[in-house]
Amino acid sequence: MSAHSATTQPAPETERLAISIRGLRNAFGTQVVHDNLDLDVKTGEIIGVVGGSGTGKSVLMRAILGLRPAQAGRIEVFGRDLDADPDARRAMESRAGVLFQDGALFSSLTVQENVEVPLKEHHPELTGALRADLARLKIRMVGLPADAAAKLPSQLSGGMRKRAGLARALALDPELLFLDEPTAGLDPIGAAAFDQLLLTLQRALGLTVFLITHDLDTLYAICDRVAVLAEHRVLAVGKLSEVERFDHPWVQEYFHGPRARAAQATHVATKDT
Amino acid sequence: MADETPQLETAAPGRLRAAGAWLLDDAARLSRTIDRVSGPVVEVDASDISRLDAAGALLLLKLLARFDLPSDVLALRPEHAALISAVAAADHREPPPSGHAPPTWRALLERIGQTVVGLGRQMTALLGFLGLTLVTLSRLARHPRRLRLTATVHHMEQTGFDAVPLVALLSFLVGAVVAFLGATVLRDFGADLFVVELVSFAFLREFGVLLTAILLAGRTASAFTAQIGTMKSREEIDAIRTLGLDPIELLVIPRLIALVIMLPLLSVIAAMAGMLGGMLVAIFDIGMTADLFINRLHDTLQLRHYLVGLSKAPIFAVVIALVGCLEGFKVAGTAQSVGERTTSAVVQSISLVIVIDAIAAVFFMEMGW
Repeated sequence: MSAHSATTQPAPETERLAISIRGLRNAFGTQVVHDNLDLDVKTGEIIGVVGGSGTGKSVLMRAILGLRPAQAGRIEVFGRDLDADPDARRAMESRAGVLFQDGALFSSLTVQENVEVPLKEHHPELTGALRADLARLKIRMVGLPADAAAKLPSQLSGGMRKRAGLARALALDPELLFLDEPTAGLDPIGAAAFDQLLLTLQRALGLTVFLITHDLDTLYAICDRVAVLAEHRVLAVGKLSEVERFDHPWVQEYFHGPRARAAQATHVATKDT
Repeated sequence: MADETPQLETAAPGRLRAAGAWLLDDAARLSRTIDRVSGPVVEVDASDISRLDAAGALLLLKLLARFDLPSDVLALRPEHAALISAVAAADHREPPPSGHAPPTWRALLERIGQTVVGLGRQMTALLGFLGLTLVTLSRLARHPRRLRLTATVHHMEQTGFDAVPLVALLSFLVGAVVAFLGATVLRDFGADLFVVELVSFAFLREFGVLLTAILLAGRTASAFTAQIGTMKSREEIDAIRTLGLDPIELLVIPRLIALVIMLPLLSVIAAMAGMLGGMLVAIFDIGMTADLFINRLHDTLQLRHYLVGLSKAPIFAVVIALVGCLEGFKVAGTAQSVGERTTSAVVQSISLVIVIDAIAAVFFMEMGW
């Protein structure tokens, strides 16, 4: 993983890390979700977080976002400790965008107004026209038709809601993007289109993406690295080809089951053409 | 960080030089700077821009658009080219959709029209729902074992028994207030004694039932709507249908029966509590004894007044239960919809209860009952 870093990147290790987690512990009562969990996310990569149900993928995301206080451990985002540094939390809010599972759009606001909410909160100095322009830009960047801007979330399909949620997550031009199962509930064509959209946006905007997914196609199509959550910690992390070979029953089952083979096959096929 | 400050300056005639970090944080200032740039401009050199985000890219493109420049006169760092082209691709300047709003007076007329039509539809829907419920009830009468007894008793407890303290307390207070008002006015005529008639007539004929119905419209109709609405939005109603069960039979009938039984019982409590409140005021404010109050009650009151009052209770119960359930079935998908329907259920059921009570009052008076 780090073989090439010595030659190309002279910068110290901490500067290139978007997220650094050390010794994280999360528990609900007596039920331990994470214990002594370490994870590094490098700037500019798409990291896919996988794991069986109940291994705490969403809990990990919520802990990084500060939506849930961790019992122990240290979380640094862009080199700043979120618990020790009160300003860091606010700074992260404007540097990180989040797409929740069903978009979590505000149901009483139109898509356009939804995208304008973070702009209004963090950049009140913007004029109304410029704010509307920025919001419209984000709405079109995520591939929504122009007339979707005036619609309410309830008038959109599931796939469009996710795109609208992504537009809101991108409103502040974040460097870090959290996605919670972005392709869950989408049809395969819609899911593939969403994968491509993420890849395009990530390249154009230089995003670091923390991606929780169950979707093997997404993993093969867009993730630079994969982190496997199991046994209360990050069991394996690295390039897909490395993680696939990791010797653990769940990992082997996950990456070498029939569905994984199918996803692998399509990925190889699309790469060849 | 001096080199991070975004800048836009004229490097040579017709040639603009942009430098620094063009980020969302400075977008407002940059936008004003761009508006102040005076032409002519033929070239924009953005290769000194150190950091660029989508907002900065949008502003650069706006700058070009302002002088009708093609995008190839923009000199860029290679790492910013992808962002600029992505933003340019998304930023087709289409006219904003919708646009023309009708004049205010037409919008006002339209709203009035829509409200009237909506009211008509609502009444039709309520009548239809009443019919559906009656049909289901008659079917149940032939197969009484299909009645959900446990659910009915559960709703009787929730809507009736649990509401006893509230109904009793509020009726007691209203009874005291009515007696106070009566005592104050009647004292001038030396007719203090008539407080007894005032309180007893008011509560036995009207207030006992009306107060209970209004309280239950707020308390129970909203609960019915929220319960059924949540089930609707979680597709439980659809699940009931696909399992071959009848949602009316399962959800509406138990609630309806529970309320038809409990509302009259509660209104008895309300009438008693109201008269008790009146009696206490009569004792402490007017100086009447409890014996005198009760004797006068016996002398002046006829049973028919109470029957007239009680006869309205089942009607109110049906209205409240049906409106609450119907609004629940109207919930569409979102949590916001549950809230809207719940509000609507409370408003409708309270309004209907008062309207029906007024009509009934006129009817009973004309009949001389």
